[in-house]
Amino acid sequence: MMYEAPIREPLILGDKTNHQITEDVCRPIEGKANKYWWWAFAISVAMLLWWVLCVSITVGKGIGVWGLNNVVDWGWDITNFVWWVGIGHAGTLISAILLLFRQKWRLSINRAAEAMTIFAVICAASFLLTHTGRPWLDYILFPLPNQFGSLWVNFNSPLIWDTFAVSTYFSVSLVFWYTGLIPDFAVVRDRAKTKGYKRFYSLLSFGWVGSAKNWQRFEEVSLVLAGMSTPLVLSVHTIVSMDFATSIIPGWHTTIFPPYFVAGAIFSGFAMVQTLLIITRKVLSLEDYITNYHIDMMNRIILITGSIVGVAYITEFFIAWYSGVEYESYAFINRATGYYWWAYWSMMTCNVITPQLFWFKKIRTSVMATFIISIFVNIGMWFERFVIIVTSLHRAYMPSEWGFYHPSWVEVGIFIGSLGLFFTCFLLFVRFFPVIAMSELKTITKVSGTKIRKEYKDMDEAHAHSDAAH
Amino acid sequence: MGTTKKYWKGLEDLNNDPAFIKSAQSEFAEEIPMEQFLSNDSLEETSTPRRDFLKFLGFSVTAASLAACQTPVSRVIPYVIKPEEITVGVSNWYATAFYDGHDFCNVLVKTREGRPIKIEGNKLSSITQGGTNSRVQASVLSLYDNERANGPKEKGAPTTWEDADKKIIAQLDSIAAAGGAIALLSSSIISPSTQQIITDFSAKYKNVKHVTYDAVSYSGIIEANKQSFAKAVVPVYNFENAKVIVSFACDFLTNWVSPIETARQYAKNRKVSDENKTMSKHYQFESNLSLTGSNADERIGIKPSQMGAALISLYNKVSGSSLSTKQLEFDSHITAAAKELVAAKGKSLVVCGSNDPAIQLIVNAINNTLGNYGATIDIDNANRTHQGNDADVMALAADMKAGKIGALLMYNVNPVYSLPASLGFEEGMKKTALTVSFNDREDETGSLATFLLPDHHYLESWGDAMPRNGVYSLIQPTIFPIFNTRSAQESLMKWTGIAGDYQAYVKANWEKNIFPMQTSEVLFENNWMKSLHDGGIEFSMTPAVAPTFAGDAAAAAALIMQSAAKAGSFEITLYEKTPIGNGNQANNPWLQEVPDPVSKVVWDNYITMSPKQMKELGFETFQEQRAMADVVEVTVNGVTLRAPVFPQPGQVYGTVGLALGYGRTKAGKCGNIGSNAYSFVGNTNGTLSYTSFDAKIGASVDKYSLASTQTHHTLMGRNMVKEASLAEYIKDSKAGNEREMFKVKEGHEHIEKSAEELDLWATKDYPKQPTTDLKWSMSIDLNSCIGCGNCVVSCSAENNVPVVGKDQVSKTREMHWIRIDRYYTSDMTKAKAAEEGKGKIDMFTAMEIPSDNPKVVFQPVMCQHCDHAPCETVCPVLATTHSSEGLNQMTYNRCLGTKYCANNCPYKVRRFNWYRYTNDKDFDFNLTNDLGRMVLNPDVSVRSRGVMEKCSMCVQRIQEGKLAAKKDGRRINDGEIQTACAQSCPTNAIVFGNIFDENSQVAKNSKDERMYHMLEEIDVQPSIFYLTKIRNTEEKEA
Repeated sequence: MMYEAPIREPLILGDKTNHQITEDVCRPIEGKANKYWWWAFAISVAMLLWWVLCVSITVGKGIGVWGLNNVVDWGWDITNFVWWVGIGHAGTLISAILLLFRQKWRLSINRAAEAMTIFAVICAASFLLTHTGRPWLDYILFPLPNQFGSLWVNFNSPLIWDTFAVSTYFSVSLVFWYTGLIPDFAVVRDRAKTKGYKRFYSLLSFGWVGSAKNWQRFEEVSLVLAGMSTPLVLSVHTIVSMDFATSIIPGWHTTIFPPYFVAGAIFSGFAMVQTLLIITRKVLSLEDYITNYHIDMMNRIILITGSIVGVAYITEFFIAWYSGVEYESYAFINRATGYYWWAYWSMMTCNVITPQLFWFKKIRTSVMATFIISIFVNIGMWFERFVIIVTSLHRAYMPSEWGFYHPSWVEVGIFIGSLGLFFTCFLLFVRFFPVIAMSELKTITKVSGTKIRKEYKDMDEAHAHSDAAH
Repeated sequence: MGTTKKYWKGLEDLNNDPAFIKSAQSEFAEEIPMEQFLSNDSLEETSTPRRDFLKFLGFSVTAASLAACQTPVSRVIPYVIKPEEITVGVSNWYATAFYDGHDFCNVLVKTREGRPIKIEGNKLSSITQGGTNSRVQASVLSLYDNERANGPKEKGAPTTWEDADKKIIAQLDSIAAAGGAIALLSSSIISPSTQQIITDFSAKYKNVKHVTYDAVSYSGIIEANKQSFAKAVVPVYNFENAKVIVSFACDFLTNWVSPIETARQYAKNRKVSDENKTMSKHYQFESNLSLTGSNADERIGIKPSQMGAALISLYNKVSGSSLSTKQLEFDSHITAAAKELVAAKGKSLVVCGSNDPAIQLIVNAINNTLGNYGATIDIDNANRTHQGNDADVMALAADMKAGKIGALLMYNVNPVYSLPASLGFEEGMKKTALTVSFNDREDETGSLATFLLPDHHYLESWGDAMPRNGVYSLIQPTIFPIFNTRSAQESLMKWTGIAGDYQAYVKANWEKNIFPMQTSEVLFENNWMKSLHDGGIEFSMTPAVAPTFAGDAAAAAALIMQSAAKAGSFEITLYEKTPIGNGNQANNPWLQEVPDPVSKVVWDNYITMSPKQMKELGFETFQEQRAMADVVEVTVNGVTLRAPVFPQPGQVYGTVGLALGYGRTKAGKCGNIGSNAYSFVGNTNGTLSYTSFDAKIGASVDKYSLASTQTHHTLMGRNMVKEASLAEYIKDSKAGNEREMFKVKEGHEHIEKSAEELDLWATKDYPKQPTTDLKWSMSIDLNSCIGCGNCVVSCSAENNVPVVGKDQVSKTREMHWIRIDRYYTSDMTKAKAAEEGKGKIDMFTAMEIPSDNPKVVFQPVMCQHCDHAPCETVCPVLATTHSSEGLNQMTYNRCLGTKYCANNCPYKVRRFNWYRYTNDKDFDFNLTNDLGRMVLNPDVSVRSRGVMEKCSMCVQRIQEGKLAAKKDGRRINDGEIQTACAQSCPTNAIVFGNIFDENSQVAKNSKDERMYHMLEEIDVQPSIFYLTKIRNTEEKEA
């Protein structure tokens, strides 16, 4: 048992016993969904159906139904892909890196954040798969031994690295997340009152009995997976950034991209975690577990990464000027003052200016302010990708081929639909899966709960008292 | 053949056993107990159990759905009897001639399995010398137009040829008997046989009036020559000998009298090299920015109303006379031009695009003074392709309206469309008892005629042509007529009572008139076959002599000054667009999709206006796919039309332009667009006039989307195009082509190296370490490229490039594998910004705006086939790779369509198939119907949707050439393999070849000091290189 200084803020509020935690976490699964959930679910499913429609049109008719053209060949599709992949990063960072750094505050949020990762990567992958001209051939992106002859993929292409990066990321994240869920599923199984539920959760819990051997293996696997996930936090977005950095297009061809993209990914990921958890804790009454302390901690990460991103933006401009490369400097002047200036300034406002408000403790710890700023960051990070992709392409080398890009309603529909896909998954997760890693959380009630804190405090005081008496 | 053997099925058969015979005659060998089965009562008691019912249902549904599956219809049918001359997979070439009343061109037609699929120029022709223009190139697609009339029609209802002939002959006979007038309205007739038939026809029906009518008229030149030299002809102009060319609103490079020939001759004097640092000097005075004006060394903007005065002024300066004119603000330029003209006496040329005889007379007077007749102008050997007489046409229209014409036959003309409504031609047609049109479809005229007797397309016809004295060409069919059509000549022959078909007539005429003129062949059949093979026969022309000028320049000048006095607020010049011309091929989607070389707009005509004036009038000048152009009402000569306004730099303030050839109403689904500028045509000094000094432009009444392939027009200080003035070039061959040097550290020293000497990789694949002895390369001489866009059509035809339509072009999705970038100069330059201390943002903003009278450069851009191709490294599935011969090749089947390659292409030459253009009904052009698909080149894959495509350097032609050389066991000769663009280039600006062959033209060009690679600083090592543009000016070029 670890000792924590009583001046540290408790990670779990209220006098929670292990049983109380189980009750609190299982309540949404065992109870009936309230009308907010049903409303949210209905809207999400409607958006998901819209996504199905728009994707069907795209696949059925051709990507001509999008606004892309021979000047700007990537637009909302890749913007959305990068945005979703970026969002996913917070989940992995929380569950893997914070695990390795033994940050216990992660335990209240890691489950939901990891779920967000999985769903975000699914959304991202959907853009990767549908943006191709012939999506029914997407499998040729994998180096499959095949009967077509000696066809092989091009290992020079960043898109191949992407294929590996995203698929690895998805599979590792999924296994990591699921592994964590097993003991919690077992809890739900054991508490289930109907046959159907029991059966369902029995299957999901893989016959977990809670033996010492079970726990030992669980711990080991968690650590191994955390170790595997950690480089992925850095590698996935590094590779995504190389889609741009290895090209020769001014505004893309930038060596600063890998660290800048990773910082941006974590930045946007934490913002999304904030957005989701602020709603979740309210709707599921989990304020005792996801406390203002958690929000404060995550806001600090947002502040740091947001500042890194801001510095990167400024560095890009400096290098564009300092290098003296004509095309590069024009690309950046055009970014800030050209046709898409509004996108650039939306990005700067949302990503660089608003997170700086988190220097103020009052704002950092305010739920409402955090929620609003997290939305701003989400928007800003979407614009960042749009700015990089579209403004660089629409005026590249050849002035004769400078053009414009406007998304079509189908493209916009797919993006809105992907939000529907994401929220449908997330809402189902909230209803059927334990949103907090309760088994793991219970390990810290004795250390970071309010009750133990109080006891420690009393002990300390008593100690001080006796010391004074001496 | 009788058979003697008989086989028996058995002894019963042999013996004719009655029982056997009976059974053999019945359908089933054994009787089927149907009656017995049906009369079985127990059958009624049976029921179908549920399971059986489901089985039946399942079977029926499966059977029905299987039956509904269509067996794919195989359209490739082998020859039952293979024609001797056709080898499947090998193309046959036929020489023929194109003449549509507008352009003349000797061509070679490539046919595959009996289908003509490509037109190339015939190098044996002294006129076109192997050149073509876009209208000639595209004519092969007009053959496969499914909107052509599919048979003779009487008042819109199908009829038979016999019936039509009977009725027409009866009516003609009765008109002739009653002494009524019969009029034959035709385009210029250059065919000796046709002329003979018309003569015979006129002889039979007595009162026949043959009126020649050119939609775009050259009557003014003919009339002026009649007055000046008593020769009512359009002369032959020889630009090759002209060292100084002064043109007044004359778009001689792609329109005017003989553009294909002219472009070739003009370009010869524009080619410079280290050995020959001279070039012609070209002044252009005009109001619209024409393609010719874009190529000029000096372009001076003048209003149409000033043209006469400017010419009189030039005449005064050249001849020293002092005819009254008015003071012009650009007088110094006229003085400069006059000085150069006088210095190049006998080696100069003054041309003018006006159709006003008075103006043309002044032009004649100038050329006469300069001694150009007999040198650069040949009036003795007339250009017979333009013989139209406007006065006759107007008289005919008046006669028709007065009901004086009994019958009207119209051959190769569309007067209802192309004559101004004020002449009342349509009304006259209604008053004419018998009207016959030989047009190929129910167009504006054909639909109103009593009889529509569709003529063959020229690729289906026999015929002959005599474009000028001593030049005889043969026209031969390359395919059996697709529709139930008949040549107009054959119709006339039938009505005249001449027996036989037109082919025999042409041959007989050739034997009678042309064969005796030659001496090389003794037998006619040999001469005939040789002429067919060569495309014709040419005799030396009578040498031109300087005629005596008998015109009255003073009277003409007075007439000009009088008419120019009444100028209004706007002046309009109607012009022809390079692709569409006079509009007779308006329904050809290739021509509609080729951008106008200057404005880069496709599928429309529009009012061209100075951007400065548009801003003053509050019209939209921003060009973007969603910014709609303002539609205005334009009134000229009392006729009002609606047209969108387009910002055209170089358009003179106070003037506007509008293209002819649009506003067709019955051309077909592709042609019925735009507004008909022919309705603005006026009448000046007895000829049709294509300018008006008093046009009214109203306020914006609507919005309209114009699609263009280029929306940004200036170079922004970049060096895609390198240029220098001739003065600079004479001093230094490298002028304008300075390499950018980069400081690098080698050892301890800082030295400067050019981008080409620097490399990220240790070794270079090309050309240091060749793996084969072939590396295909291309040189593009920016000095000879006139920007006409012929290569674009040629490439589309060769490589099955789909037409995507206006909407897709407005979304920047045109599919052309080659494009011609057109840049205007801007008033702002880097040097100027530095001088004025302007910041970069201000500088770039100012650079985006073209000058009021910009200099123009054209740059053909296709895939540069980079040796370090950025597209190749990023393709995840290796769908685009490098060949051992330096080609960047696309594997369509492997392409997934990530479009990464297109993003990473610095030249933006990759084209994506956004839709299935070959089969999607939303793209209803030639590729969506069976007839239109016949134009497809079987050697080139038709691309499916979702794949990337781009220039392949005509790899199918390379392969064909390599195989031919291999079969002969020799090396490939230089020039043997030609890409479609290089082959069709009228000015030979594009040279293709093997750069490893040191004697090849392309290798020689690569050593020229003017050679540069586009964007060499990013070191992608393109296989295509450019030669600097040199402009014949003194000043320093930016």
